[in-house]
Amino acid sequence: MSVSLPHAIAVWRRNASMYRRTWMLNILPNFFEPVLYLAAMGLGVGNYVRAMGGLPYVAFLAPGLVCVAAMNGASFEVTYNIYVRMNFEKQYDAMLTTPVEPQDVLAGEVLWAVTRSCIYGGAFFIVVVCFGLAPSAWALLALPVIPLTGLLFAAIGLAFTLRLNNIDLFSFYFTLFLTPLFLFSDIFFPLQERLSGMWLWVAEVLPLLHPVRIARLAFRGEFAAVMGWDVAYLLLLSTLLLAWALRTVRQRLTN
Amino acid sequence: MIIRARAVTKRFGDRIAVDGLDLDVATGACFGLLGPNGAGKTTTLRMLYGVTRPTAGSIAVFGLDVATHTRVVRARLGVTLQQNVLIEALSPVENLRIFGRYHLLREPELSRRIAELIDFLELRSHATVPVRNLSGGFQRRLAIGLSLMNRPELLILDEPTTGLDPAVRLALWSRIRELRAGGTTVLLTTHYMDEAQRLCDRVAIMAAGKIIAEDAPGALITAHLAAETVEIDCDTAAEAALFDGVRLPPHRLRIGRRLMLYLDDATELANHIRHRDGGGRCMLVVRPTNLEDVFLALTGTALEGAAA
Repeated sequence: MSVSLPHAIAVWRRNASMYRRTWMLNILPNFFEPVLYLAAMGLGVGNYVRAMGGLPYVAFLAPGLVCVAAMNGASFEVTYNIYVRMNFEKQYDAMLTTPVEPQDVLAGEVLWAVTRSCIYGGAFFIVVVCFGLAPSAWALLALPVIPLTGLLFAAIGLAFTLRLNNIDLFSFYFTLFLTPLFLFSDIFFPLQERLSGMWLWVAEVLPLLHPVRIARLAFRGEFAAVMGWDVAYLLLLSTLLLAWALRTVRQRLTN
Repeated sequence: MIIRARAVTKRFGDRIAVDGLDLDVATGACFGLLGPNGAGKTTTLRMLYGVTRPTAGSIAVFGLDVATHTRVVRARLGVTLQQNVLIEALSPVENLRIFGRYHLLREPELSRRIAELIDFLELRSHATVPVRNLSGGFQRRLAIGLSLMNRPELLILDEPTTGLDPAVRLALWSRIRELRAGGTTVLLTTHYMDEAQRLCDRVAIMAAGKIIAEDAPGALITAHLAAETVEIDCDTAAEAALFDGVRLPPHRLRIGRRLMLYLDDATELANHIRHRDGGGRCMLVVRPTNLEDVFLALTGTALEGAAA
């Protein structure tokens, strides 16, 4: 039942080999999306907005969009790609004829999704730095948020993918779940200024809110107790969903 | 015995896929599991390498309990699934490399085995072409190649030649024979009776989750039928007229208009039919009895897709 790291890495390397072939096709749409938002919102809308959260608008956007890049990197991997590998290509059935076990498959796939979130989030972070939007070296402390965001959205996406029996339903996940999160998770406007009372507490449910808050505080070089809650949320929800995913993957691949 | 299964049953809900199966496969043998689709062949194979857990019974492979030694058992066997599982965007060499890593093979051993298998399966000319550009025969060879990366002591082939053209089938059979000569035990499923007869030194016929007969192919034929078959096309009235006054062999089988008679020496009966049936209306065929006939005799049902 325990994960064998060498076998999980073999699964990870399978995806890495594939990715080396197709990364230009993959990286362009996912990576450019936050870049385009940064340009359109930050430079376009930003011209009409004097300041937000005490910052030029484009600087306000930057930390949140780093998290979005990480979220996108993981999400595409654990939705369409895993669905195809599992249900159409039967790749996991072939892996399971070798010493690779279902838990190794899951670990390798999650590790790969986190890797992709690091590629997208990291690349976007470099763009942010090049735009001069990282005010100080403290912004580097936002980097660990990237794999944590990747882990969380790998776990959430997997939970969705494992329940799905029709690939067309992924559009619901993207347009009715990820897009609202993207729009209402403190990225484009300070959520706490628009919400009050009970609603502030309700908003804490939003998964993307937590990495965005950590990244924003890190960019400012500030530390607050709430970051502890944010990290706890990220780790706890990831763990719960992955535990469920592990049970489900075992049921799906072995019987 | 390299495989030893005892009283193995697998239920999926109300459906019994495998029903009290006992199976022994001797080390070094080529063992064929025959039967129509849905007979329980694939479920049996999946239980042998531990991805399907038996509802009841025990399975030992290499003398190890599959349920508790799954990784160890799988490290020593190879499985070619019914459906080719290949990475279409990558070349045969890259596919072999990725699969070798599942067995934790490292360089330089990894490259050495890849080169070996590329030669063995005659894939050299296509070694670096994306798999999606390869013909069905090449893809099947590569799929078998993947399952040989760990130099398995036991090779499990689930319908290795289904859907392949005759030349490719012949080529694959000769590879399988070479592997056997090298000491690999082979367990294959097929619904091609000729394949089983040419490759296997022992076959088990499965129907509805049970093994209904098991022996060497020749022994199965002589035990259940006879060496030669007389096959004619006629209705029951014509049959009565044709064989009036003739002592018929004990083994006969009618499927629709097709009548088969099994006997050790068909010469006399065939001559009699030719004599009575002047116009050749009953389309007489005399041929050696094959496993298809045994299967028909045992189950009363035809095998799907089988070459008679």
